[in-house]
Amino acid sequence: MNEEFQPEYGPKWSDQRVERMLGALVCAVVGLLLAMIITVFVRAWPSFSHNGLAWFGPGGNVDDQLNAIFLSGQAGTEYIYTFHGWPLIWSTILITGGAVLIALFSALFVAVFIVEFAPEWMSNILQPVVRFLASVPSVIYGLLGVLVLVPFIGNHLVTEGQKASVAGVISLSGYSLLAAIVVLTTMIAPLMVSIFSDGLRSVKPGWLEGSLALGVNRWRTTWKIGVRSARPAIVAGTVLATARAIGEAVMLAMISGSVGFAPNPADGLIFIYEPSRPLAPTIVKNIDQLSSPPANATLFAIAAVLLFSAALFSFTGYMARRSMRKYGTA
Amino acid sequence: MKPLLTPKTDSPTQSATPSAAPQPPPLSSGGSKGAVEGSATWALSDRIGLVICWALGLLFCAIAVAIVVFLFIKGISYLDLSMLTTPASAGFSQAESGGFSDALYGTLIVAVLAISIALPTGVATAIWLVEYGRPAALARITESTIEAIAGIPSIVLALFGTVIFSSTALGFLSRSSEGVVFGRSFFAASAMLSLVALPLIVASTREGLNSIPRHVREASYAIGKTKAATVRRILLPSSRPQVATGAMLGLGRIIGDTAIIIVLLGATQNFAPVEEASFPLNYLRGAGTTLTNFVYEASPTGNLNQPEKAYAAAFVLLLMVLALNGAVDIIHRRARKVGTWSH
Repeated sequence: MNEEFQPEYGPKWSDQRVERMLGALVCAVVGLLLAMIITVFVRAWPSFSHNGLAWFGPGGNVDDQLNAIFLSGQAGTEYIYTFHGWPLIWSTILITGGAVLIALFSALFVAVFIVEFAPEWMSNILQPVVRFLASVPSVIYGLLGVLVLVPFIGNHLVTEGQKASVAGVISLSGYSLLAAIVVLTTMIAPLMVSIFSDGLRSVKPGWLEGSLALGVNRWRTTWKIGVRSARPAIVAGTVLATARAIGEAVMLAMISGSVGFAPNPADGLIFIYEPSRPLAPTIVKNIDQLSSPPANATLFAIAAVLLFSAALFSFTGYMARRSMRKYGTA
Repeated sequence: MKPLLTPKTDSPTQSATPSAAPQPPPLSSGGSKGAVEGSATWALSDRIGLVICWALGLLFCAIAVAIVVFLFIKGISYLDLSMLTTPASAGFSQAESGGFSDALYGTLIVAVLAISIALPTGVATAIWLVEYGRPAALARITESTIEAIAGIPSIVLALFGTVIFSSTALGFLSRSSEGVVFGRSFFAASAMLSLVALPLIVASTREGLNSIPRHVREASYAIGKTKAATVRRILLPSSRPQVATGAMLGLGRIIGDTAIIIVLLGATQNFAPVEEASFPLNYLRGAGTTLTNFVYEASPTGNLNQPEKAYAAAFVLLLMVLALNGAVDIIHRRARKVGTWSH
C-alpha cells in the first residue's frame, strides 16, 4: 500500500507479487476441479455413448454385464459396453433417500433440542457426542455394521419363512437395505445436527421474543419461527449430508450386500431385508478392473453419475437457499 | 441485541463448543433456564414433540457410548502390543498373520504428507478469498469450487487420481516399469486426500480471518505495513486457533478416509518400497496400506477376514480420532481463554 515506506518484506514479498502468487494458487485449485470434471466425463463417454439412455434403465443382470465388460477388455476382442445400471441407481436412491429422510427428521429434533430445550448439562453432553459421531471414520461404522448389525438382522429379524420365500432369487443373510440405511443414518445425522444447530443459533433473538411476547409457547415459537427462519441452514445441511450419503462407498460396500439387485417395495416389507449395491460401492468392488478399457469407461461413467448428482444437489440447495434467504438467517 | 459474551464468530465451528460455552440465550433472555416456562401448559402434541427430542438426544448419546464402549472392550481384548510392531504377513490363522504396523505407519505417513499439502494450500486460498478476492468473479468461482470439492465423493477423487498419477509425466511419484506407470503410491494417495481436507481448512481459516475486525487491519496499514506483512504478522497469528482447528478436522477426515486409500495406495498389506530410489523416497513412491484399509480388508467382507484384528485396528483408529477431537477441544478452550476481538 505504501511503497515509500520500504516495507519489512521488501520487493520480494510486495503486495502485488503476493496477490499474484495467491491468485495463481487459487486458479490452480479451480483448474484442478475443472480438469477433474472434464477427465471424468471424457473417460466416461464411451460407456454413455454406447448405451445411450439405456445406461440408466433396467435390463439383464448388472453384475453379469460388468463381468462381460471386464472380460471383453482382457480378451482383446471387440469391447463390450452394454450396461444397464438401474439396480445400482435404484439401490442408491433407496438407501440415500431412506437415510436422508430419517436423518433429517431426527437431526432436526436433536438440533432443536440442543439449541432450545435441553438443560445445560444435556447440551454440554450432546454437542461433543454429535461431534464425535460425525468424526468416526466410515470404515469403523462399516466394521460395526458388518460384525454386529448384519448378523443381528440376519439371525433375529429375518424369519426363516422370509428366507425361504425368496430362496430362489436372492439370499437374505442380513446384508440388507435396512442395515445400510441404519448405519448411513448414523453417519450423516450428526453432520446435519451440527449445521442445523448453527442455523438455529443464528436466528435473530428479537423474532423469537416477538413470538413469545404474543403468548406463543416455546415449542411452537421454536418450530414456527426458529426452524422456519433457519431453513437455509437446514437445506444446506441436508444437501451436504445427501452428497456425503451418495458418495459413501466403503461403508456401503461392506454392508449393503454387494449384489446388483433392485429390491422391490411392491414385494412388501421384506424388501428392506434384501441386499443390493449402490453406485459408489460398485466402483470400490470393481476397482481392480480399471486396467480393462471398457470396464474403466464404465467405472468412470458411474463416477460421472455420482459427480453429476452431487453437483445437482449442490445447485438445488443453492437455489433453494437463495430464494429463502430474505426470510431467514445464514 | 447480541449479548456481549458471545461475539458472532466466537468459535470456528459453533457446534463444537463443548463445555461452559456461553450458550446463546435461549428464548428466555436471561440465559438461565430456571425462569423459563415449563412444558406443563403446552398442548399434548407439543409435549409429545419434546419427548421425541429427549428420546432422540438420548439415542444419540447411547449410540456414541455404545460405539466407544464396544470398540474399547473389543480393542483391549484383541489388541496385542506386538501387533503395533509386527507387519502383516501371510498366514493361515489370525495368530500367524502378524500385526498391522505397516498400516499404522502408513496412516501416519499419509496424514503428514496430506496435511502438509492441504494446510498451506487451504490457508493461502482462505487468505486470498478474505484479504484479496479480486476480481470478484474469480472469488465467487473459487468459493463454489471449494464448496464443490467438499461435495465430491472421495471415490470420484480417487478415480481421478488414477488418471493423473498414471500419466508418464508423474511417473517419478510412483513405481514405473517399462514406461507403464503404476500410479499407486503414498504421494498419489496423499495428494488426493489433501483435497478431502482442503475445504475444511479453507472454511475454518476464513472464519478466523473474518472474525478479525477491520480496524485491526487498518491499524496495521496505518503504521506502514503492507497487506502481505499484515497477513503474515497480524492476521495469521490471530487466527491460529481456527487454522489449527481446520487442520485437526482435516486430519480427522484424512485418516478416516478409505476409498482413496483402497484405490490409490495399492492393494497390499505391507510397504512396497521402490527399488531405484533412496530412503525416504522409496517408501513414499511405493504402495502401502493404512489402518482404514486394514480394517476394510480384515473385515468379513474384505480379503483377509480377520475380524479380531479388524477390531484391534479399528480401536487404534478410534483412539486417533478421539485424540484429534480432544485436540480441537483444547484449542477451543485456549482460544476462549485468550478471548476474541471486541468489535
